[in-house]
This record gives sequence, structure tokens and C-alpha cells, in this order.
Amino acid sequence: MAASLDTAERLSHREPGRLRAARLGLSGLFWRHPWAKALLLLAPPLLAFVLVYVASLVALFLSSFWTVNPLTTEIQHIWNVGNYTSLWDSSVFRTVTFRTVGIAAAVTFTDAVLAFPLGYFMARIAGGRSRAFIFVAVLLPLWSSYLVRVYIWRLILDDKGVLNWALGKAGLPAANIGYSNWAVWLIFAYVWLPFMILPVYGALERIPDSYLEASRDLGAGAWTTFRRVVLPLALPGVVAGSIFTFSLTLGDYVTPLLAGGTNSQFIGNVVYSQIGSGDVPSAAAFAAVPLAVMAVYLLIARKLGAFEAI
Amino acid sequence: MSRIKRVHILLAAAAAALCVPAAGVSSPSGLPTSIGKGEGQLNLIAWEGYTQPQWVKPFEKATGCQVNAKYAGSSDEMVTLMRQGGGSQYDGVSASGDASLRLIYGKDVQPVNPNLIPDWKNFIPALKSPAHNTVNGVHYGISLQWGPNTLLYNTKLVKPAPTSWSVIYSPKYRGKITVPDNPIQIADAALYLSKAQPSLKITDPYELNQAQFNAAISLLKRQKPLIKKYWALASDEIDLFKNGDAVVGASWPYQTNTLQAAKVPVKDLIPKEGATGWADTWMMSSHAQHPNCMYKWMAWVSTPKVQAEQAIYFGETPANPKACPIMNKLSPGSAAQYHCGASASYFNSIRFWKTPVAACGNGQNDCMDYTKWQQAWTQLRG
Repeated sequence: MAASLDTAERLSHREPGRLRAARLGLSGLFWRHPWAKALLLLAPPLLAFVLVYVASLVALFLSSFWTVNPLTTEIQHIWNVGNYTSLWDSSVFRTVTFRTVGIAAAVTFTDAVLAFPLGYFMARIAGGRSRAFIFVAVLLPLWSSYLVRVYIWRLILDDKGVLNWALGKAGLPAANIGYSNWAVWLIFAYVWLPFMILPVYGALERIPDSYLEASRDLGAGAWTTFRRVVLPLALPGVVAGSIFTFSLTLGDYVTPLLAGGTNSQFIGNVVYSQIGSGDVPSAAAFAAVPLAVMAVYLLIARKLGAFEAI
Repeated sequence: MSRIKRVHILLAAAAAALCVPAAGVSSPSGLPTSIGKGEGQLNLIAWEGYTQPQWVKPFEKATGCQVNAKYAGSSDEMVTLMRQGGGSQYDGVSASGDASLRLIYGKDVQPVNPNLIPDWKNFIPALKSPAHNTVNGVHYGISLQWGPNTLLYNTKLVKPAPTSWSVIYSPKYRGKITVPDNPIQIADAALYLSKAQPSLKITDPYELNQAQFNAAISLLKRQKPLIKKYWALASDEIDLFKNGDAVVGASWPYQTNTLQAAKVPVKDLIPKEGATGWADTWMMSSHAQHPNCMYKWMAWVSTPKVQAEQAIYFGETPANPKACPIMNKLSPGSAAQYHCGASASYFNSIRFWKTPVAACGNGQNDCMDYTKWQQAWTQLRG
């Protein structure tokens, strides 16, 4: 300790006077004005945030008030709210929005139900080695391409796929769920499951053992302890996980495109086809819908304490 | 606002500056009269299977033009890609008839001199100056290949063999039907209705008035519950047929070739109502950065050998009938299979993709334009 102080002193002695003064002046500035340090730390990420994120959102929002030439599909900068009124008037956009939000909610619920017991086992029952093993098992699928996993599910659910083959061997009738909303739901629930397990595990792990012991000492049974102690304390974790599963499903278009049926268009698919046909303004207007949905969702999630659990 | 304008002027000036060193020597009409030295690069937007190494590699070797191709899945996507980044990102596009006019009127493509393409004079007469790439005598591209959209079916599971498009509108194969996810599919429904319901008086499947259009859409709505999947990529349809999820559907010859090569029992045909089809054109971007390489490319893909290779690979018909004997040499019987050098009457029996516009001939202005088609398709798919 003394030696290192010594070194520091010698080093500072060797430092030229002017540089030293500047350094001291700077740390003095930071000490007198804490916001200056914060500004220096935050400037690069803030700049990226404004340029990359906010600017593109503003561009998206602005272009949603433009229109396109019907013959050449060139964008014309004529300001109007027609794109938003047609969103409201046309039933197809409502249907697609409700389907997207509905499946996102179903996926989130499914993942929560699947993740809770697994997270509980990992946090409170499993030993060190088996916990590490489960961690790897949960994260392993994330190392492979998302696209490959969707295509693999397609192979499983195909008419001549693994599922129908296994059902046939068991003497059961074929499940005709390939290329349908069932397939979309199943695949989403599979690919986003790790994003639910990790925050749920984190929340459950943070519950002190003493709480459970206290609950038991006060005469509560296992079920009451779970209902009144574990569940309320783990809920922020579930809500945090649901932000991921819900928003990832809401913004996706690949799985509905590859594995969906005739009634599986998501908001993303409609946006994709509108951009493909050159109608960027309509696409921008429709893309504002999931933004609004997510804003409401995040407000509710904050009320439920999710942001403390991330 | 004034800043935006200045940026636009700068961009326009930059684009104009880039346009000046166009190909070789220019004539008074502004068209080059010879092809200059290649620029070393060529960026293309193409249909899947149009830039195979088989004919791209020799081209690169012969001209020094390195080909970078991006595949597009639909005509709409091609138009969007051509406009991306001010239109200077790509030098050329293999546009079908439903994109070419949009590109011409959107000023995204520039006139070309067909006399610089030696094989152009050998093309079948109908494809030298077709209406989909030649406006007021000005050529906006060089025709490439053409072909029909076919009816594909599984020979083991679809019996008797279909002869009419009605098979994809009838409940007999409910849940085993697949059709392209593309607004231009409305024309296929209209073509079928032109024969099945003559009272609608449909004469051109791309020129539909409100009543005819509604009839086509309601047919497609009734078809929807019968469909397994609207395919977006050719490989999607191939998977559906391979795995038994679909047994009949609207297709391209490319899928038939691929499935037959994989020993899947499929056949295709042009049903008795006729077929829609495509006639593709290589077009040059208005802001092409490598115009000489683009001219060299258009000349290269027009030569009989490359025409034959591409025709066999994709399953389509060359614009240059000199390719026919080479096709037979490469794959015996292929010239007849793909109608190489077919008669004008066969050519005329195919209703080639074109962009639906409001003006539908004989002074009428009550036809549904392509925006309406796209909206109706979005409605149907939602």
C-alpha cells in the first residue's frame, strides 16, 4: 500500500506542472459540477441514441404523412393524414393488429407458464452443476440461427413431418397444424422462451430464504407461501421477461411468413409488402401502431415493477 | 426546408455529373454508338436463377466486369430496389412487363441503343420492340426470356390430370393448394373468369373495370379457405410439394424442373384457359455507374449460348431463336419443351404481366389501377 502510494507520488512529481494543473482543474470541475462528468460519460451513447434511434423514428413518423404516385409509386411530399385514416377505416388493418397483439399475448403467457417452474427449479432446487447444465441448455438454441430454427420447426410440423410420423406410430390421427397460426404460436413460444426464463430465474433467485422460512414459521402451507410470498416477489421478473417475449413477437415477420398459413399476416408482413410495393408512407403509418402498443405495454409494466427486475 | 432543397439540388447535380461519362461515343440523340471500356464492376437486380455462375463466370473473364447480383422476389421489390439510394446503387434490372413501364415512367431507367447488341436483330419479331419496354420508338431495354405461369400438380395424388385452372378454385383439393403471394395473381383469377363466366366480358386480365375486378376478388376470397399457403419464394412452393403439404398450385417452370430433379412426381401444363406469363427485359438504371459493363452484359446474355443455358436452367423461352439448336445440344428435346422458336400464335396466347392502369384502351378510364390491386390483395391476405 505504502509502496504504491510512493510510486503515485513519484509519478505525480514527474508530471509536468502544466499538465498536472489541468488534471487537477478538470477533477475540480467534475467535483464542483457533477453534471459535467455525467455529460462526458453519456455524450457518446446519447449521440448514437439521438442519431441512430430518435432520428430514424422521426423520419419514419414524417414519411407516414406523405403519399405515393399511383402509376410510378414514387413518393410525393404532399402532407396529409390519409394513411392514418385508412388504417382506421379499413377492417384489414384492425384484423391484422388484433391477430398480432393476440398471438404476442398468447406467446407471452405460454412462455411465462413454461418458464416459471424451470426458473424455480434452477433458482431454488438445482445444485451448482445441474444449474450450470440447465443454463447451457437454455442458452444453447440462441447460438444457432433463428432462421434455421424456424425451418426446423417447419420440418417437424410438415404433413410428412416428424410430428405426424410420431402420431402415426402411436396410432393417433395426424395433427394438421403445419402452416397455421398454431405453428406460428408454437414457434414463437419456442424461440423466445430463453428471454423469459432468465429474468424469471433472476427474480426467484433474489428471494431470501428467510422469507420462506418466516412464512412457514407463521404457519403457511406450501401453496400459501407460493401464492403470497414467492409469486408477488417474482412477478416483476415475469413482467420483465414478458416485455421481451411480447415485443419480439410483435415486431417479427419471418416466422409468420415462413410457417404461417393463409390467415397469419402480422403487422410486420403487411409493412414488408407495403414497402415492397413502394408504399413507404402507408408502411410508416402502420409501423407506428406497434410503437403505440409497446408504449402502453411499458407503462403497465412499469406500474408492475418490471424495470427493477431487469 | 431550404436546406432540404439544397441537398436535393446537390444530389441531382451529382447524379447528372455521373451520367455524363456514359457509354463510349454518343450520337446526337444522346444514345451511345459504341461500347466503351468496361468499368470493372456491374451491380444487378435479377430474378433467382438469372445470374448463374455458368454464364456469369465466363462473362467476368471476357470483359473484366465483376458481377454483383441481388435477387428480388417480386416485380414490386425490383422497382423499390431500383429506386433505393437515389437509383445509383444498381446498374441494371431484369424487369418483367409489370415493372418495366413503372420504371420507364418513373424515369428510373434510361434509353438504350439496341444496335449495340449484335444479337438483337436475331430476336423474334414480337420481342424486338414490345410495348412493355419500348415507348414511342425509344428502347428502354433489351428483351431476354419469356415464359408462362403454369399449373403444377402431383401426378400420384391429383387424378384425373387437370386440364383447367378450375382445379385450384374447387374444394376437391381443399387445404392442398398453393398460389403465389402476389397482387398480380388477380390476373390469373380474371383469366379463368374470362372463360368460366363469359358474361363478365373480360377481354384482358389486366384491364378490369369495377364489376370484373369485384368478380375476380370474390373468386379469390372463395379460394382462400382452400389454400394451404400463399408462397412467397419459389423454394417455399418446392418445399410444400416435397413434403406433401400441397398437391396442386400455380407455379413457374423453374419449380417443376427442381422438383422433377428431386424425383418428386410432378408435372405442369398450360390449362385450356391459357396462362399469364412473363417477358423479361434487361434495363439500365438512369444513374448507372457502370454503363459500359451493362451494355456488355446485355450483349452477352443475348448470345445464343447464354440464352440457351439460361432457358434450360430456369425453364423458359429465349428471345433469340438461334439458341434453339444449342438447347437441344445441351439437353435433348429442351427446345420443344420450352417452345423455343414457337409460333407467333403461341406467343400471343400468353397474357404477359403488365402494370394495370386506369386507362384501359378504347378511351375508357374506369379500370382498376395497380394501387387498387395491391390494396385488394392486402385486404384478401389480411
